[in-house]
Amino acid sequence: MFKTIKDLPRDEYLAPGHRLCAGCTVGTAVRQILKASGGNVVVVTATSCLEVSTSYFPQTAWRVPWIHLGFENSAAVAAGIESALKALRKKGKSNEDFHVMVISGDGGTFDIGIQALSGALERGHDLLYICYDNEAYMNTGIQRSSATPYAAATTTSPPGARSIGQRTHKKDLVGIAIAHGIPYAATACPSYPIDLMNKVRKGLDVEGPSLLHVLTPCTTGWRFDPSLGIEIGRLAVLTGLWPLYEVDRGVTRLTVQVPKREPVRKYLELQGRFKHISENEINKIQEIADKNAEKFGLGPIKE
Amino acid sequence: MKRVALSGNYAVAYAVKMADVDVIAAYPITPQTPIVEKLSEFVADGLLDAEYINVESEHSALSACIGSSLTGARTFTATSSQGLAYMHEVLFMASSLRTSIVMANVNRALSHPLNIWNDHSDAMAERDVGWIQFWVNSVQEAFDATIQAFKIAEEVLLPVMINLDGFILSHINEVLILPDEELVREFIPSKPLFNRLSPKLAYTIGVVGPPEYYYEMRYQIIDAIERSRKNINEVNREFGELFGRTYGNISTYMMEDADYALITMGAVSSTAKIVVDSLRKEGEKVGLISIRCFRPFPKNDIIEVFEDVKSIGVLDRALTPGGIGHPLFTEIVTTLYDSSKIIPVQSFVGGLGGRDITIDDFKQMYKIIKDVGLSGRRKPCIYIGLRE
Ligand SMILES: Cc1ncc(C[n+]2csc(CCOP(=O)(O)OP(=O)(O)O)c2C)c(N)n1
Ligand SMILES: [Mg+2]
Repeated sequence: MFKTIKDLPRDEYLAPGHRLCAGCTVGTAVRQILKASGGNVVVVTATSCLEVSTSYFPQTAWRVPWIHLGFENSAAVAAGIESALKALRKKGKSNEDFHVMVISGDGGTFDIGIQALSGALERGHDLLYICYDNEAYMNTGIQRSSATPYAAATTTSPPGARSIGQRTHKKDLVGIAIAHGIPYAATACPSYPIDLMNKVRKGLDVEGPSLLHVLTPCTTGWRFDPSLGIEIGRLAVLTGLWPLYEVDRGVTRLTVQVPKREPVRKYLELQGRFKHISENEINKIQEIADKNAEKFGLGPIKE
Repeated sequence: MKRVALSGNYAVAYAVKMADVDVIAAYPITPQTPIVEKLSEFVADGLLDAEYINVESEHSALSACIGSSLTGARTFTATSSQGLAYMHEVLFMASSLRTSIVMANVNRALSHPLNIWNDHSDAMAERDVGWIQFWVNSVQEAFDATIQAFKIAEEVLLPVMINLDGFILSHINEVLILPDEELVREFIPSKPLFNRLSPKLAYTIGVVGPPEYYYEMRYQIIDAIERSRKNINEVNREFGELFGRTYGNISTYMMEDADYALITMGAVSSTAKIVVDSLRKEGEKVGLISIRCFRPFPKNDIIEVFEDVKSIGVLDRALTPGGIGHPLFTEIVTTLYDSSKIIPVQSFVGGLGGRDITIDDFKQMYKIIKDVGLSGRRKPCIYIGLRE
């Protein structure tokens, strides 16, 4: 267990100098994830911002073994690696011992990759699947995904005379994962590094599949000042739009308490993607936060 | 060693078992399914010590195989038709990441209309993915090619696809010489392969290849598959020494003095042989060539046997709509362009979606080939057995 910032390992496994945008919180999240892993991991990443920004030949930002195949198959690749290691160890052909981890985007997880993810979770491979969620297809220029929140503007859910932006609501990824009967799943956000890193450890240490759903605010796609990424992540948690919780062998527990919630307006008004919305939409989004508060036991809205 | 009656599918499954594979990731599809069922049984009965991954699709099957192969495990998958098509983008990744995956592809037509029967459209649509492709004519060949495939794939770091005709070969029992497992182990020792995903190495695999590098990276596949010709021949020679059987990149029948030749692939060649025998009795100097190794294409072997023929027919069992010629025809004509002789080549298509190619069909083809030889003029592609 990491208790304070002082407990964190000094080792860096994501090298500086990668090509993620200035202010991107995905780099921050991956840095924390790899630190928590201790480096004895093989990482699989789907085609995404993270992938193109860290593996531009002849440079690499990865100091751990890393593989990318395609957009929709990172869970299957991880399953193959895990099975190979298991077979080789069992047959006495290898004495290597490492964790297998996926770090893929919301498109590669919620949409095109959900079949492979479901298969890997159902089969019970010993791996940690981490979805970093910037709430759209950012690599290809901010198209909506099924993780894009209600009313957000993207290039394929633009607001207009007949559109309020994204029509639909975000899928419940942790719920979907838990429905597979896996032992551990949790939400996280790099604005809360200790919480995130302890969840990475738990996910790695538990036997069988585990899943982490990490909110990673995106300066380019959400249209906020690059200095605000961590602040916006914090507001997502403090408004109740992104409750930090875990489901550990059937027990759901809020891991970061929010005694007094911020109104969602405070979160929304910092982001260009919500600039077009009216009171009506703001109220609907507030309802989402209120429901979360009820479900997870968050406090009332600050006066 | 013992003689057993086995189907083509089971022959492949036995070869995979004897190769002591570490990981199998596969998804059922007719007519391939008996392979994965048999392998599941071997694993369930403790006869094969492997991780069997019951993937949820062919896309994931091949993706898992890549992860497995790069971790250093001997890895196998099998599919057919829609399954192979579903793997399409991953097939490129398997070759460009230099895996040693062995796949059995039991040839079947592609939709639409849905059709579970045999033709060659599935594998022909994947000619350019950078895999070595073998095409077998018998149950024995299916077994032998599978054993050879592991050795070749692991030497040249390219994946190998063994094609066997759906039903005609996959579901037909033939007598098979099943070697002792120890002999197979001697040929392909059960050893860990290169683990390229080890924390000891920390390689970055599957990178972005910008324009300054992509070209050279892709060229490595050309280089590797060209160099594989030597390994394929050498593996075949070693196989002969241990098992007493060898196969060329092409197999020929009555070609020594043939004037008229037909080129086929896969199991139909056994029907064609019967026709060659009967035409020979009538004094016609006909011969048959069957392509065993389609990738890399055995250009030189083919030019050699064409030395003295007067005309050639090519039987395609797949289509290239709107193209200059169907797949095998195009390869053969291109091959001849580099030979010193001008030989007329007649294109035939037949046996699509499991339509039988009869003895009479072959007789008709040989008659047309002879006419073309005498007139020196070929006709547009002839669609054998097509109802107008
Ligand atoms: C099969 C396939 N379809 C589409 C694409 C194009 N594509 C590449 S990355 C991407 C979006 C990635 O979105 P996400 O997973 O959310 O990651 P992000 O870039 O937002 O970090 C898309 C659509 C692709 N590479 N492969
Ligand atoms: Mg995204």
